[in-house]
Amino acid sequence: MTEKESIFSKYWQKRGLLIMLLPCIIFLFIFNYVPMAGLLLAFKEYDIELGVLGSKWVGLKHFRELFIGGEFVGVLYNTIKISLLKMFFGFFTPIIFAILLNEIRIHYYKSFIQTLSILPHFFSWVMLAGIFRLFFAQQGSVNEVIMAAGFESINWLTDDFWFIFMLIVTELWKGMGWGAIVYLASIAGISPDHYEAAQIDGCNRFQQIRHITIPALVPTMITLLILSLGGILSAGFDQIYNLYSPTVYDVSDVIDTYVLRKLEGAEFEIGVAASLFQSLIGLFLILAVNKVSKKLSGGEQGVM
Amino acid sequence: MKIKSSPAEKAFDYFNYFLMFMLILSMLYPFIYTVNISIAAPKDAEAGGFFILPKSFEFTAYKQIIQDEMFWIGYRNTILRTVIGTILSVFMTCLCSYPLSRRDLPHRKLFTFLVLFTMLFSGGLIPAFILYNNLGLIDNPLIYIIPGMISAFNVILVKNYFQGISNSLHEAASIDGASEWFIFSRIYLPLSKPIIATIALFNAVGHWNSWFDSLLFINSENKKVVQTFLQRIAVEGDTKLLESGLATDMVQMTPESIKAATVIVTIVPMLCVYPFVQKFFTKGIMLGGIKE
Repeated sequence: MTEKESIFSKYWQKRGLLIMLLPCIIFLFIFNYVPMAGLLLAFKEYDIELGVLGSKWVGLKHFRELFIGGEFVGVLYNTIKISLLKMFFGFFTPIIFAILLNEIRIHYYKSFIQTLSILPHFFSWVMLAGIFRLFFAQQGSVNEVIMAAGFESINWLTDDFWFIFMLIVTELWKGMGWGAIVYLASIAGISPDHYEAAQIDGCNRFQQIRHITIPALVPTMITLLILSLGGILSAGFDQIYNLYSPTVYDVSDVIDTYVLRKLEGAEFEIGVAASLFQSLIGLFLILAVNKVSKKLSGGEQGVM
Repeated sequence: MKIKSSPAEKAFDYFNYFLMFMLILSMLYPFIYTVNISIAAPKDAEAGGFFILPKSFEFTAYKQIIQDEMFWIGYRNTILRTVIGTILSVFMTCLCSYPLSRRDLPHRKLFTFLVLFTMLFSGGLIPAFILYNNLGLIDNPLIYIIPGMISAFNVILVKNYFQGISNSLHEAASIDGASEWFIFSRIYLPLSKPIIATIALFNAVGHWNSWFDSLLFINSENKKVVQTFLQRIAVEGDTKLLESGLATDMVQMTPESIKAATVIVTIVPMLCVYPFVQKFFTKGIMLGGIKE
């Protein structure tokens, strides 16, 4: 009883803060937590009249549909393939770029490159798809150069293999500069003493990179790696949706496009089952990797 | 201290400069190409190819776009959502971050977790759609502004920034009898201009670039945003939109130049603003730090 009273009086005391927080909590409840409750549809037969909570339970029926015999297994495979490829290359390229850019000694050149490299991050995939569809078209610049060199032109966006290739390349192109910001800041934070000491000891620049720069980046790398793992089942909807075409649906149908199709086809339950699966795996991976990395580093490295 | 470079280091330097130059080229050329196509004569636009300088100057594609009513409607809606959405979102984000930054907030950990958890887990598209439908947000322009108003990521950024402000300011003000609201609006907000500028820009870019909500949740043509207009023309290759409003004396245009011109007219405003605001982005990402 006294405990309850004390909490109540504490709340009353801090009502100024709590009133400020209230709109935000209500807002998050409606727009984030209510949809989470909507995930229950994955175990139900949706009846519009009865609403999400009132609909009848059907157990794991939709998950059986999802995983046995349906197209979802292929969709899952596509998603994981695309996102692992992106994760792999998307992890290393900003690091390499940051290190190489840091080796540029002409200040203006360096800052010009950095400014330019961040730019594509701010364009939507609609704009970029508009550009790439022209640029990689049959008569686009890239194919013209390839043909001028005596090779056959490539169907960059309509061939199964090259489409996946393009997904990775354009993703890197868009995100590399942005991803490098954090690394460049970490590099800037390294004390020049380390480099001077290394030079006196006779280290050349490669050795300095290997033994000073890279080790200083490791904590950032781990954090970013953990964060990226949560997105393993999101292969980049905006990009795929704007770049794909019917000829590459087979390889580029990912969970997000699948869910969208289920929404448009009014097959809500199975789409929700796919979303739930996607969210749960993401959550599980983030928490698991976070825990492991905390354990390995003795509680120092982790996101949360 | 300068130490003479070894030949290997010199070779590396040259290689590095060259590599970075190629990178600049790969960043710039697609844009240059698009500009060139947009002002090319139909024949040249059709032929494509690799060229740095434009082969011809014709602005018919642009003329056609600015004569299209849908383009202006889209632009108007985009500007409206960007301005209103950004202001509201920044205000709500700060309002939410302030209590979370205070150590004396009861159940602070729980509330912070409630905000953070929205970054880790979400209901996905279909439950959101059902919700919007129940709230009457389908085909309602409010959907551009309301559902995405508070992003956990921005809240964390601002909260961390507020925590960096010396607590003695807060103490002094509360001894003088200032309310939390007063302290928030008169002390914390003015001191947090850099982070506010940063999240305002994040929000503005997000609004400017959004297309999915317009595509999926909005049916009326006069409520669509400019990204949707661009998507129809440049991505789906639909030129019916333009042809409907076409004046009869139009020269026959290849879709290619119209596509390119549409991309350019949506990208140019961003290009104009970018050099001035770029430093806020790079600073902002560091201000909050990625570590919670």
